[in-house]
Formats: sequence, C-alpha cells, structure tokens
Amino acid sequence: MNITVKAKPMDEEAIRRAILRIAHEILERNKGSQDLAIIGIQRRGVILAERIREVIKDIESTELPLGALDITLYRDDLTTIAYSPLVHRTEMEFDVNEKRIILVDDVLYTGRTVRCALDEIIDFGRPACIQLAALIDRGHRELPIRADYVGKNMPTSASEFVEVHLKELDDADEVVVLERERND
Amino acid sequence: MTKETSKKKNGTQEGRIWAHKDLLALKDLSAREIELILDTAESFKEVSQRSIKKVPALRGKTIVNLFFEPSTRTRTSFELAAKRLSADTINISKSTSAAVKGESLLDTAKNIEAMNVDAIIIRHEAAGAPKILADAIAPAVINAGDGAHEHPTQGLLDLLTIRQKKGRIQGLEVGIVGDILHSRVARSDIWGLTKLGAKVTVCGPPPLIPAGIEEMGVKVTYDLSEIIRRVDVLITLRIQLERQKGSYFPSIREYARFFGIDNEKLQGAKPDILIMHPGPINRGVELSPDIADGKYSVILEQVANGVAARMAVLYLIVGAQSEEE
Repeated sequence: MNITVKAKPMDEEAIRRAILRIAHEILERNKGSQDLAIIGIQRRGVILAERIREVIKDIESTELPLGALDITLYRDDLTTIAYSPLVHRTEMEFDVNEKRIILVDDVLYTGRTVRCALDEIIDFGRPACIQLAALIDRGHRELPIRADYVGKNMPTSASEFVEVHLKELDDADEVVVLERERND
Repeated sequence: MTKETSKKKNGTQEGRIWAHKDLLALKDLSAREIELILDTAESFKEVSQRSIKKVPALRGKTIVNLFFEPSTRTRTSFELAAKRLSADTINISKSTSAAVKGESLLDTAKNIEAMNVDAIIIRHEAAGAPKILADAIAPAVINAGDGAHEHPTQGLLDLLTIRQKKGRIQGLEVGIVGDILHSRVARSDIWGLTKLGAKVTVCGPPPLIPAGIEEMGVKVTYDLSEIIRRVDVLITLRIQLERQKGSYFPSIREYARFFGIDNEKLQGAKPDILIMHPGPINRGVELSPDIADGKYSVILEQVANGVAARMAVLYLIVGAQSEEE
C-alpha cells in the first residue's frame, strides 16, 4: 500500500495570506485585542498560534498571552487504542479567567480534538468566550463544533489525509492532501 | 509519486511505544524506554501545578495500593499520581489485609484480580514478590519496592531530578553513599544511571558494600573523600536502623563521622553538586541538617518529581493496554 500526494492546495504564500486574514478577522470580530489570548493545540496548532500572535503584534503593538495545549490526556479513545500515545507539554502561563480565548489548530476534521481542548481549557478556569481558528476545515464533523475563522474550506473524502507542514517542524510551509493507494 | 507521511518522519518520538504489562525493575528496561518514561513525566509535571489538578486520562480505571511494608511517601505519591489521572484507588496495608489471617500473597492478589482491577502497586519485604504476582495475574503490577531488589519508580524520579537539574545523565559522575547492601533504591539507581551513561561509584563501610557489586558496572570505594571532589551528584541512602541489628558498623556516631555529609566533608566539592536522599532522612546521620535544607539539596524536588514519574508510569502501563496479549 502506497501513500500518494494527491494535491497541494496551499503553498507558503497561501498560508501566509490566510494567517494574515485570520489575524485581521480576529481583531475585527473582537473589536481590538482587549482581553484576547491565544492557545494552540500541540504541535502545529501552537506554531500557527505563534504566527497569528506575531501578526496581531504588528497591527496592535500588543503581545497577546500564548498557551500550548496537549490534548492527549483528554482523548475519548485512550482505552481503545493499543498503545499510550506520547504526551507533549501543556503550557498555560496566564490566567484564562475572563479572557477571550482564540483556540488554534491546523486541521479541523471530526471535532474530537477540539472537544478535548475545550474540556482542558475549562479545567484551567472560566474564560469569557472561546473562539476557534483552523487553517484547514476538511468537513466530516462527528460533534457539533464549528470554526469561527478558517484559512481554507476543503471538502475531502474520508480515505484522504490532510497534512499541514510548517517550517518549524517540517521542510516547508505547505498543505498536502495524501491518499492511500490500494494495490489490488 | 510516493511518500511516507512526514509526521512520522519528523517526529521520531511519535513512534515510541511502551510494550510492557508491568514495571518490576529498571534492569528490564532499555535506555530508550527509560527515556520515554522521563519525557512523559516532564509533560505531567504541569498537571500538579494547575488549580484543578486532574486530567481524565485514566477515568474508570481502578488501581490498588497493596503495601506489606510501612510507607507514607511512596504510597501517597502513587495515590496522588493515580488520582490526578482520575483513576480510583484503594489502599490495602498488611495490617488491614487478610494476610493477618494467614492468606497467602497470591490468594490475596487473585481475589483482588477477581474484582476486576486494572493495576496493583505492590510493596513487599520479599525480593521477587512483584514478579510472582505479575506472572500469576492479568492486571498490571508495579513494583513499589521489593526487599533489597529494586524500587524502580524511585530510580526514575532520581533520574528525572538529575536530568532536570543537570540537563543530561550521560557522562555525569554519580556517587551513591551508605547502606548499599540493603538498598533497593541503590540498585534501581545503578541500573538507571548506568543504562543512561552515567559513571557510578558506590561508597560506604565495607560490610555494607555487597560483594560483586562491580558486576553492575560501578566502581567501589570505602573512602568518601576519594569521590567528593569529582562527583556531580551525591545520592545518600538512609541507614535502615531497623536492619542494623547485625552490627554492620560499630555505631551510628561512627557512621556519621565517616560517611555523614556535612559542610566540612563537602570542602572541595564541585560548586553545583547535587545532594539527594530518597527519604526519610535520619538528620545528623546521613546528612547534617544544614546540608539537608541547604542549597545543594534537591530532596524536596525529588518528592515533587515522584508524583510526575509515577503518573507517567501509570499512564503508560494502565492507560492503554495492548490487546494482542
């Protein structure tokens, strides 16, 4: 069984522009950066969160609090998978109470990761609101969750994988759609 | 065009898995497996800093603390670790178990197993007792100290503390001072430290250094001043007063004079030396009070790290059990 690259819907420039637009939309919807805080979901969501924060810093000259969330311990399938997945670090150095939280992830798919993240954030306190930003929304939701800010809506089939590659962890900034190829 | 998914390629860590039913001894683990536990423990430290110190990872799991020897630190630490992962815990001590009615260890364990628990944490005065349980029952068995054999989670929390303070284990010089003969902590520390590449020297009065200990890959000295200048870490062991009836040394005072760590003996030591002790301390015997509470001491960090290390062990072992077994 091979995995083939089916499409590259976003390149470096497209990702940069999407982040720029999302940052502006966040400021528009929230009427500025007052009480805002950004939380990324490990690992690529954290990198996207950092980039959004940089853009907002350029526009508003304020540095928003940044958190990193590892949702592994909140997964609903921990008891059904064969091996315990690796746990990355959660870093929440600021008080989430009364903050307007922008939750950032790379790909929005079933919505189960976001459900974990919402539960985990609420274990830290009671934010004023939580809004969701995703670079890619590929559909196939299994929970009643939607994104407030989307880089690109991308209808996909369940046999495809969508991967976001970011320079900090991968070779380049790009979004790739992969498909499993059957040999039979 | 074919291509491996890049997430696997980049995150070599992602492929690391835990494949043991039990944790009986650090001797059984590879350096990679020990590092997996330490890395996982690093991620768990933060949970104990939250205002709600609980994550749902082990919700619905039942963990039994079966302690046949007295313990506050280890038992409390395991219990907190389990509770912070949302597992339910039950404590059984020797005096409250049917062992006082003459029930055998295996019968006790089989009865606990019949109640469908997920893990048994056992401390026992007989070396090998956890192994006997592990072979006989399906739930995971975690060794919380067996005789003079091993105390693997103490070894792990010591490694975690050293790595946190020194940034590495590889290449460090570590001295272990005191009653090596009776110490399960020393054995777990030696296995863990040598597997991760530290150079270990054990030191104590000759009757308390077991013959053949060199085969574990350590050097031996009977003179504390010989190692004090070169070690990065000094692990002091508790003199087990309850086991000293066999007159291994003339008196506690004499022991303290030759092997008790105080300011005078630390003359010439590295300025960033770490002083460790698994507790409970006999103040004025293994450590003078000013050293136990002083700037080199990381004894309370060890205790804090103990909860994180045990959370990591419980998560890896109880969290997701391989179905293939």
